[in-house]
Amino acid sequence: MSTNGTRPTIVLDGEKVAFTPGETVYEAATRHGKDIPTLCYDPRLEPFGGCRLCVVEIEGARTPVASCTAQCQSGMDVRTRSARVEVHRRTLMEMLASENREVEVDELTSLASQEMTELVDRYEARTGRFEGRQSGASRPDDPNPFIMRDYDNCISCYRCVRVCAEQEGDYAISVKGRGFDTQITVEFDGHLKESACTFCGQCVQTCPTGALGDLKALAHREVEGETKKTRTVCPYCGVGCSVDLLTRGNQLIGVQPAMDGPANLGALCVKGQFAFDFIQHPDRLAHPLVRGEDGELHEAGWDEALDRAAEGFLRVRERYGRHSVYGVASGRAPHEAAYTMQKFIRGGFGTNYIDNCSRA
Amino acid sequence: MSNPLEDMEKPDVIFCIGTNMTECHPVAATRLKRAIANGAKLITADPRRIALAELADVYLPLRVGSDVSLLLAMAHVIHREGLTDQGFVEGRTTEAEAFLKHIEEFTPEWAEPITEVPAADIERAALLYGKAERGAIYYTLGITEHICGVDNVQSLCNLALMTGNIGREGTGVNPMRGQNNIQGAGDCGALPNNYPGFQSVLDPAYQEKFAPVYGRKVDLELGPTKPRALEACGDGIHAMIINGENTVVSDPERHHCEEALKSLDQLVVIDIFLTETAELADVVFPATAWGETDGVQTNTERRVQRLRKAVDPPGEAMPDWWIVSQIARRMGTPGFDFRSAKDVFNELCELSPIYAGLDWDRIDAGEYQWPVPHRDHPGTPILHQGVFENGRGIFKLIRYRDPAEVISDEFPVWLTTGRRLPNYHTRTQTGRAAGIDYLAPGERLEIHPEDVEDWGLEDGGWAKMTSPRGCMMVKVEANARSPRGTVFTSFSFNDAPVNVLTGGGYDPITDTAELKVCPVRVERP
Repeated sequence: MSTNGTRPTIVLDGEKVAFTPGETVYEAATRHGKDIPTLCYDPRLEPFGGCRLCVVEIEGARTPVASCTAQCQSGMDVRTRSARVEVHRRTLMEMLASENREVEVDELTSLASQEMTELVDRYEARTGRFEGRQSGASRPDDPNPFIMRDYDNCISCYRCVRVCAEQEGDYAISVKGRGFDTQITVEFDGHLKESACTFCGQCVQTCPTGALGDLKALAHREVEGETKKTRTVCPYCGVGCSVDLLTRGNQLIGVQPAMDGPANLGALCVKGQFAFDFIQHPDRLAHPLVRGEDGELHEAGWDEALDRAAEGFLRVRERYGRHSVYGVASGRAPHEAAYTMQKFIRGGFGTNYIDNCSRA
Repeated sequence: MSNPLEDMEKPDVIFCIGTNMTECHPVAATRLKRAIANGAKLITADPRRIALAELADVYLPLRVGSDVSLLLAMAHVIHREGLTDQGFVEGRTTEAEAFLKHIEEFTPEWAEPITEVPAADIERAALLYGKAERGAIYYTLGITEHICGVDNVQSLCNLALMTGNIGREGTGVNPMRGQNNIQGAGDCGALPNNYPGFQSVLDPAYQEKFAPVYGRKVDLELGPTKPRALEACGDGIHAMIINGENTVVSDPERHHCEEALKSLDQLVVIDIFLTETAELADVVFPATAWGETDGVQTNTERRVQRLRKAVDPPGEAMPDWWIVSQIARRMGTPGFDFRSAKDVFNELCELSPIYAGLDWDRIDAGEYQWPVPHRDHPGTPILHQGVFENGRGIFKLIRYRDPAEVISDEFPVWLTTGRRLPNYHTRTQTGRAAGIDYLAPGERLEIHPEDVEDWGLEDGGWAKMTSPRGCMMVKVEANARSPRGTVFTSFSFNDAPVNVLTGGGYDPITDTAELKVCPVRVERP
């Protein structure tokens, strides 16, 4: 880069690299391809420095430093993977693994749910060295149909608390107790529905241990097949949040927010997150219907129904003229529906007798 | 929206009017909340004490339908205090002199009895917006669903024009579109006044341009709007094709609407469920749904986005475009040889200057905000930068008008309607999503607790609500979000059909129904 000469630099694992003023050591290191482990980190949130896994050695500092909260300073000499920090990280992972009921969680639990499992594997931390008390009390009493609250698997990284406050602005999730007795909760220690929670699911999707889970997705855990993700956009309001649809075979299993969605940056609301399963509801129309002599609607083949529709429009045009047929396009269907609808009216009747549902 | 969603984090003053954004556009609202957390000031004007009111620095609890008087008075204060952006007004607008004279008489003291907002609060709001470095306006149907919907929007434009809060980052006049592709339906020309790409049907040059597309010259005159067409059913209009709209439940004057559709010789409905509207049809076609259909949509910030198929549809359901094309072909209409959604979208792009730089493959790889006039164009996140498309921003001289119907001894309560967070429109979708009923098991009428008592009602009990057009039963919820004398309900539940009551008037230009204002009587049944 042409500006490299004037930009300040740090030494990263022996290599001199430039940084942008204000950048943290973690950000600069990640940008340069370093794989520093984290559990309390979510790039959308303010750095928290809680899990201590992102510690690095900085020349001159007595103890390892959390890289997510340390800002780069010119000339800093940083070691991201020294033996000393790797031992530190492994010990932390052993302790974290010991305080949870389980380390393996179903991949359908949430977007971030495998983070802890992957780090336990990476640091071979299933040693049982710290077996003993476990922290966190689950809330199976909460009857809500969307969010599993299995705090037995909570490591108090506060990502749920912070995403609810910083990303959603709802401040529904709070903390009681200190240290080993820290418990994630909501106001009056009650159920989510009685709190300020809007069921947007952001806490679920950012939880790195599976303590919070997507109950609707988990209900499909018995469906066989590989989980496939398809990028699309939420079907509800006009904001246009990008989502990934989770499917196994032809079964729609769940929705996860797209962190790189330009309209939503990973955020969703209760409808986009949880109200997806209408499409595979038994009430769906699966065959054309035609009104019979008896006045009732009956299933019909495509040919019969299409002929009936075409003949009906031709008959009305014949009898009442071309200004007697009107089209209403949908604000819910894609462009291709609206485009063909207006073309149907303009091409078939030569009129502008077409509108959409925006006036009501 | 004139500005992109990401700009919602950039204003120093935000003015939300007629938008319950935290419930209706929750993800957009998260950006406003972040702006506020970073120091932006919020003005909220809404009859109900919604969540945005709780977050506001200045809350203006205006009487339903009094928006124009509030906005006139704000303009008055801004000019009186010398906060008009003279440079912008001289450089980029027209009719300013007449406008600035027009607003002289509309003092906050004049507006106070109309809006029921204290004049001092109107002053505070005007000073806040008037002094903003980057002032941004956000609105939704609380502005447009009035007999004066166009006047309301133009009054907001006047404020933005006089303060130069348009065409820059973090400013603008920003409607939040309510349906995923309502912007796109307009882009595609499903409007009685425009061909695809907002090209006027009244312009002979466009009539000429589009003749080969349609295989004929289309009338050089506007078609009727949907509300007018519904009025003409059985008397002028004898056949309809309705795609994906539950007209009977979503539109005003439900009984009239049902009768209108029943009077048709032929009603064809294309939908994913047998809606209340589809039940009236002669032929119902099963469409593929979201998640089953490849296609394109445009969001509220004009971002053209690709929708992808993830699962197969049920039974024999087919994409809307295929169904419409098949009917057209059987009628002998030319130009419906589309083999895929890609064919349809590419034809739209060829005809629409705002889409000229797009095609299916380009949209598949990225998202662009229109206008995208040519292939090398990056898209247009902010409209009206440096220049307005039509030359100069025009100030409009607006006067306050009462709603079509006002409260009386017979109908002494204002009813206003809208959405709630968990449910969407007529619940054809959210009503069939597991778990939503846990959050919103049924409809309820939000009434101020003191009104509940004064009117002899009980929290959780039933109320009978009557308007000049009809009557319905609904459960009562004592809730201080409603001001005294104004009640609220959504139109989501078919067993609480509030649109039996609504429909007192329509905006004369857009024919949008005054769904936000309906005088009613609320009583113990």
